[in-house]
Amino acid sequence: MAAGVLSGVRQVLRGPRLVSAVLSCHGQTFSSAAAPDTGETVRDKILNFPITQPDYFHLSELFTIKDLFEARVHLGHKKGCRHRLMEPYLFGSRLDVDIIDLEQTAEHLQQALNFTAHVAYRGGIILFVSRRRQFGHLIETTARECGEYAHTRYWKGGLLTNAPIQYSPGVRLPDLVIFFSTLNNVFQQHVGIRDAAKMNIPTVGIVDSNCNPSLIPYPVPGNDDTPVAMEMYCRLFKMTINRAKDKRRQMELLRGISASV
Amino acid sequence: MAASGCRGVRSILWKYGSCGKNFCVSRSKTVPQLPVRQICVSSSLWKKNLAAAGPQKFTQEFIDKQVEEFEVGKRHLANMMGEDPETFTQEDIDRSIAYLFPSGLFEKRARPVMKHPDEIFPKQTAIQWDAEGRPFHFLFYTGRQSYYSLLHDVYEKILAIERHQDKMRNKGLFTSETKQILLTGSRWLLKEEIEEYLVENISDHDYVRLIQLMEKLLSMPYCSLEEEFILKFRKQLEAQSSKHEIPALQYDPQGVAFSVADGRRKTAKASITLRDSGSGNITINGRNYLHCFPLLQDREQLMFPLHFAGALRLAISRALLSFVSEGEVERIRQAGLLTADPRIRERKKPGQEGARKKFTWKKR
Repeated sequence: MAAGVLSGVRQVLRGPRLVSAVLSCHGQTFSSAAAPDTGETVRDKILNFPITQPDYFHLSELFTIKDLFEARVHLGHKKGCRHRLMEPYLFGSRLDVDIIDLEQTAEHLQQALNFTAHVAYRGGIILFVSRRRQFGHLIETTARECGEYAHTRYWKGGLLTNAPIQYSPGVRLPDLVIFFSTLNNVFQQHVGIRDAAKMNIPTVGIVDSNCNPSLIPYPVPGNDDTPVAMEMYCRLFKMTINRAKDKRRQMELLRGISASV
Repeated sequence: MAASGCRGVRSILWKYGSCGKNFCVSRSKTVPQLPVRQICVSSSLWKKNLAAAGPQKFTQEFIDKQVEEFEVGKRHLANMMGEDPETFTQEDIDRSIAYLFPSGLFEKRARPVMKHPDEIFPKQTAIQWDAEGRPFHFLFYTGRQSYYSLLHDVYEKILAIERHQDKMRNKGLFTSETKQILLTGSRWLLKEEIEEYLVENISDHDYVRLIQLMEKLLSMPYCSLEEEFILKFRKQLEAQSSKHEIPALQYDPQGVAFSVADGRRKTAKASITLRDSGSGNITINGRNYLHCFPLLQDREQLMFPLHFAGALRLAISRALLSFVSEGEVERIRQAGLLTADPRIRERKKPGQEGARKKFTWKKR
């Protein structure tokens, strides 16, 4: 049972800070009985090599700050709607409208896309969440095209926290949740953010100037109201995930050839 | 992950003889190899929570084994009854079981039965993810994948039709007089029927939302592109008048057309012959109708006080169908003359004066 638990943990990426937990578990009395054979080392190489590179998937070429500007990502809400914790991410305000700092957005977006790519590379389950009815169909289509999952409907209570009852015993939870809009239709924070934090599931979130970025490990300050901006985000995430999956397939094929030779 | 680490640590405690208590042990190297003494354990940890377990689930292997046993047993039964095992149907099985195990029990479901396991074990949804744990359907994590994917598809079709409309407008070929879908004589599927189609439970609100979306699809000019999709969710209503069988016209030796029809009301039965002579004489049991119904002064259609008369009315209307045109048939049907009255006399109950009348109530 314990060995099975460990192999399960190894298969799924839980974030760099939890890799150390995996290693300390190894230090316990029970370790997997199988000695590492050539199959294991090849697989470990496939999984561990990309983490050592800063931009393994070359995601910086997917977007520029000019693209973000033209997609109106920098436009926030009015000054009165501003959230206190978003002030570090704001460039300023013009005619009472908050302007988001695109340089910070670019950094955060780069990190978020990189993380998504690594999760997709390691075969993790990605869940797109948004409660904006205007973009629900777009997000569901994006998810279907990437081969990932979407939830743009009413969020029932225990979907993450009470999963064996809500779905079936033995269900696998998402390994990454991407929020295209962190607020629900009554301008309260989406329940999924808190639930994902409770279940130790890392989150990427597009935070607008009226959102609370505190519980989100990879916030991306940006506009979540304009159709152009949302289409751009969907396109970027889709390209990242497809790229990562293609890379993984490529690596498997290459190593498969080299291992069989 | 922290939770999985904890589970692993708990397995050490199992080895050393503790049972089932949730410890939060630090993962330091200096964990002593001593047995951990349990302080107290509540019996609620051992009892199975029957309410939370839900309906009993059977594995696919178990059901396959049952199907095998059923097939083998069927062949044995056929041999026992001296019949051919190849052509042994379910009716033969039922007959044989009723013969071999005669049961006088009133409750049909308590009698011995031998049926295919698919009919006995409740249908369960198959496991919805693959070997790695990834679900098959992209809307699995919503909890209601069929319903939401249906909404998604309908919305997709609405968008496709809008794009088509824009294309036609651009070309200058946009017209509102496009082929419309025939909706008369059909109704939307009911909530239960939709639940059956989706194999999922939906609420009233969800059903209303779905119907609203379908109506929106129907309201667009080019909705005929998705005709067959929409008709999947509409059920044809049977035309009422076609159900009435019109008695055939017969001709007696003089060449006069006549038709025969029956009618029933409560315990009275009427069988009449309607002749095309045109004299207007009505004979009941050999006597003139004025002798039978002396109290009535109005037309025969108002024979309400007498149930005997209700049977006559139904029989007359049915016989009349073969003499009149189609439009008249519809009018007769709409007047309510062709509906058989299903009311019968309610039985008297013990402790009461009659069917409904109670004995006099005395306060003390």
